[in-house]
Amino acid sequence: MAIAAQDYRAKVAGPHAAADLGIALGWLSVGIGLAEFLMPRTVARATGTDEHTHMLRAFGLRELASGTGILLRPHKPGWLWSRVAGDVLDLGFLAFSRKRGHDRRAVLASALVAGVTTLDLLAALNNQQLAHGRQRTESGAIRVRRSLNINRSPQACYRFWRDFENFPSFMQHVDEVSLLDATRSRWRVHAPFGHPVEWNTEIVSDVPSQQLSWRTLPDAEIEHAGVVRFAPGIGGRGTRIEIDLSYLAPPGKTGALLEKLFGEDPSEQVDQDLRRFKQLIEAGEIATTTGQPTGRRSLRERLLHRGNPG
Amino acid sequence: MKANVWHGKHDVRVEKVPDPRIINPRDAIVKITSTAICGSDLHMYDGHIPSMESGDILGHEFMGEVVEVGPAVKNLKAGDRVVVPFTIACGGCFFCERQEHSLCENSNPNASMADRMWGHSPAGVFGYSHLTGGYAGGQAQYARVPFADAGPLKIDDELDDAQVLFLSDILPTGWMAAENCNIQRGDTVAVWGCGPVGQFAIQSAWLLGAERVIAIDRFRERLTMATDWSRAEVLNYEEVDVAEALRDMTGGRGPDACIDAVGMEAHGHGIVAAYDRIKQMMHIESDRPQVLREVMRACRNGGTVSVPGVYGGFTDKMPIGSLMNRSLTVKSGQTHVQRYMQPLLERIRNGDFDPQRLITHQMRLEDAPDAYRMFRDKRDGCVKVVLKPWLH
Repeated sequence: MAIAAQDYRAKVAGPHAAADLGIALGWLSVGIGLAEFLMPRTVARATGTDEHTHMLRAFGLRELASGTGILLRPHKPGWLWSRVAGDVLDLGFLAFSRKRGHDRRAVLASALVAGVTTLDLLAALNNQQLAHGRQRTESGAIRVRRSLNINRSPQACYRFWRDFENFPSFMQHVDEVSLLDATRSRWRVHAPFGHPVEWNTEIVSDVPSQQLSWRTLPDAEIEHAGVVRFAPGIGGRGTRIEIDLSYLAPPGKTGALLEKLFGEDPSEQVDQDLRRFKQLIEAGEIATTTGQPTGRRSLRERLLHRGNPG
Repeated sequence: MKANVWHGKHDVRVEKVPDPRIINPRDAIVKITSTAICGSDLHMYDGHIPSMESGDILGHEFMGEVVEVGPAVKNLKAGDRVVVPFTIACGGCFFCERQEHSLCENSNPNASMADRMWGHSPAGVFGYSHLTGGYAGGQAQYARVPFADAGPLKIDDELDDAQVLFLSDILPTGWMAAENCNIQRGDTVAVWGCGPVGQFAIQSAWLLGAERVIAIDRFRERLTMATDWSRAEVLNYEEVDVAEALRDMTGGRGPDACIDAVGMEAHGHGIVAAYDRIKQMMHIESDRPQVLREVMRACRNGGTVSVPGVYGGFTDKMPIGSLMNRSLTVKSGQTHVQRYMQPLLERIRNGDFDPQRLITHQMRLEDAPDAYRMFRDKRDGCVKVVLKPWLH
């Protein structure tokens, strides 16, 4: 039941492979950039073009900028797109400044650049997709799995979780859960700066002290399903909680709302919620500094403040 | 109330800020009667601790009188006199149960920020950057103390503030540094830095059975304190080659345990120190590990390196080969203050420790900016400053 090493590998393979290609392209940019900037004549000779030294130096700087950009933020598509644009420039340059008598070299260089362009395009598109909705399943749903050790018995964890009305106390975006009957409840959820959404859920399975799962009733605006498992901690240490949540919304307004609900990284959100659960059950309260006194904050701090407010 | 507020490098100001209030059920509000400036406050003063924000209230060594408690606090009431541990700990998690309070899993509201910086998050700390929670500190007239039923130590008897205040940090920190050395009969312990933590580490090493304690610094008043009060043999690193001296003093073997009670802003000298300074200024490395390097090289084969000195981020040129090939053990950590408060209070009562002798300056809270400057420059023989928030 516990997440094993091989599961984890499967989970991370996708995004990492894409980032790896990006990083390789980033280093390629740096390499080409250095070559073009430092020895433009050699580059001109190798590619069979006229010796436009200044132009090649400028291209070198462009490559260096793209390369550093990619290496600093390998998960963002922006700088990869700058490479694609650069590739188009390169191809144009190769076509127009071909040196007579060196056609074979120029053709070879063009073929190489065209190949790299394909890779750049692939990496950029891939990153674009990832940045847009990380941890999407094939159906387009957001799926998040996290686990956390809790220093309480599985019974105690289960009891707290079984009371759905406790959810708003640790799930940041859940405003209210009210019980409709023994198995069904109504949830009100809000996104930052968004209007609230409501849905009804029913309990699908309920194995006391071991597992609890629920899903939305048909016709819900956002389809949502959740499983939470309570396993004895490794070596008898408390409980290992594993949570597996998925959300699916039709594209459009509701889909956009779902995006807002989870931001760039859904697992971060769920991680925070789990930590709050842990604090409530272990410490009886959620650690905070909101509402404590502070000295005068500068404008910059007020705009850029990270972490818990206060 | 008045509080000492950080505004940037070398810029602290005493300002009027709102009074703290109870936020969580296990909170207490303490009216502060004594609060100290710690050597580690200087790391923030010098701008080396990441995630500080202008407006942060400093201070993590304080004590006072409980004026209000939250509904879940049953063991304290208004009027109780308490020393507050600088580490904030819930008392109920895996680490608190193991008495490793500075690793509490539930007290850092910015745990995910610390996760990103350090891999995992330690406990929250008063007045010590947003990586450890961004809690308002105790260089103020009042403080909000979270988990007040699990941390603060009640002081019932007539012991002066000056005798018990340092239970909040530096006495337990010096003690844990020595305890981490796993001192055996006949052991020689060397302590780098004769500041407050260094002094208590020396004294603790004696109490834990060291045969010989050697202390290293460059300021005369600190070396004198180490000889006269803490009874160590001393080396002034501006006058002698410490590595060579230690080698000679230990028959070529090196001290059995070495304590780095200096941390990330080691003074250092020579070309490597200059290199570290430049890298630190350029934000390429956050810490200057001059002492840590020295300590590792000086320690005997199979010995223990104990690091109570504060480090914040990243560093380089670590003698990892020395560590590996010579079977060194490194022990470190923020102090598990809650674990040591009661037993060390007993040791103050029975005379093993006389902490008030450390205090060289007592000033008003309003004088905090001057006090920081004096302490940083080690002017006027300054070793330890205690601020009195209610003194006019």
